[in-house]
Amino acid sequence: MNLFEQGLLDGPLGFALSLVIGALFGFWLERAGFGSSRKLTSIFYFEDFAVLKVMFSAMVTCSLGLHLLAAGGYVDLSALAVPETAVWPQVVGGLVFGAGFVTGGWCPGTAAVGAASGRIDAIVFLAAAGAGSLVFASLYESVADFASKGLCASCSIPELLGVSPLMGALGLTVVALGAFVGATRVEQWSAARRSQ
Amino acid sequence: MQPRPFWNPYLAGIGLGLTLLLSYLVLGTGMGASGAISRIAAQAAHAMAPQAAESSPYIGGWFEGGSALHYYLVFMFAGLLAGGFLSALHAGRTRLVVERGPGAGSGLRLALTILGGLAVGIGSRFAMGCTSGQALSGGALLQGGAFAFTGATFASAFLVAPLVQKEWR
Repeated sequence: MNLFEQGLLDGPLGFALSLVIGALFGFWLERAGFGSSRKLTSIFYFEDFAVLKVMFSAMVTCSLGLHLLAAGGYVDLSALAVPETAVWPQVVGGLVFGAGFVTGGWCPGTAAVGAASGRIDAIVFLAAAGAGSLVFASLYESVADFASKGLCASCSIPELLGVSPLMGALGLTVVALGAFVGATRVEQWSAARRSQ
Repeated sequence: MQPRPFWNPYLAGIGLGLTLLLSYLVLGTGMGASGAISRIAAQAAHAMAPQAAESSPYIGGWFEGGSALHYYLVFMFAGLLAGGFLSALHAGRTRLVVERGPGAGSGLRLALTILGGLAVGIGSRFAMGCTSGQALSGGALLQGGAFAFTGATFASAFLVAPLVQKEWR
């Protein structure tokens, strides 16, 4: 029984365990080099694809683990809090977010790690992101209809394709391995071009 | 002292993925960061204008239990700061600096940081999460919205990158 299922997430035990998981989260992001905005943005200039490699290997590790445990009957996927899908607001949100990512140099989680490492730009970024969230809240009444467009409680890719979740996780693994090979090739091409 | 090298991205990714798996198994939910930023900003707004904050259709509900900070992601964010700090300290990477490319001044960098931060704050509210709560946590559960968000984010960032090249290269 997980804490979400028991309604204990927003209590002392949930807070203590969230703090521990957050610390591990911050540790891995910092180890990967994501306390640096120049490192993070270098993917967008085709130089260093660590962002893609870290994100995809994390996604695949967790996905394979969860779906293998579920297939063996050790985990009940329906007992988990699933991030909601609302396709159109997420496409528009992603377009705005991506522009902000390369312009500001951070995303929320990495900015926390950057701020903790002393990066002044990360501290300013976090304050601006908080202000942006309040801008959204103040305009919420005029965007509320759009913000829930295409909302579905469970819009998983395996369901849409009519395959099992474990097959979906294996498919994601294949896509990720392909992306690793492609990213490494682009890095080599870009390094060769810069050394000319 | 020269900072230690970063770890192999695949190794760091596997560690991050196991942490996300632990989060799903123990907490029953994924990891997130933008939710905490919204909560902290809402609490700051509440300190300045309590009635306006409480009557807001978006953030008003967050004060029903007293404080908007009474939320698990706020504690996860505190953990992020602590874990990031300890790791950076151990690796010799703590440094008070405005990080920027060789051709950019601090003024330009910070002005663009503010613009970017505002966009990220607004974008993550539309998307109901960010690269952590949507892309990573939703992607691991193979959710369509997570991939729609991730695709749009990277497409947009690659398209905008040439416009802000002076800031980084």
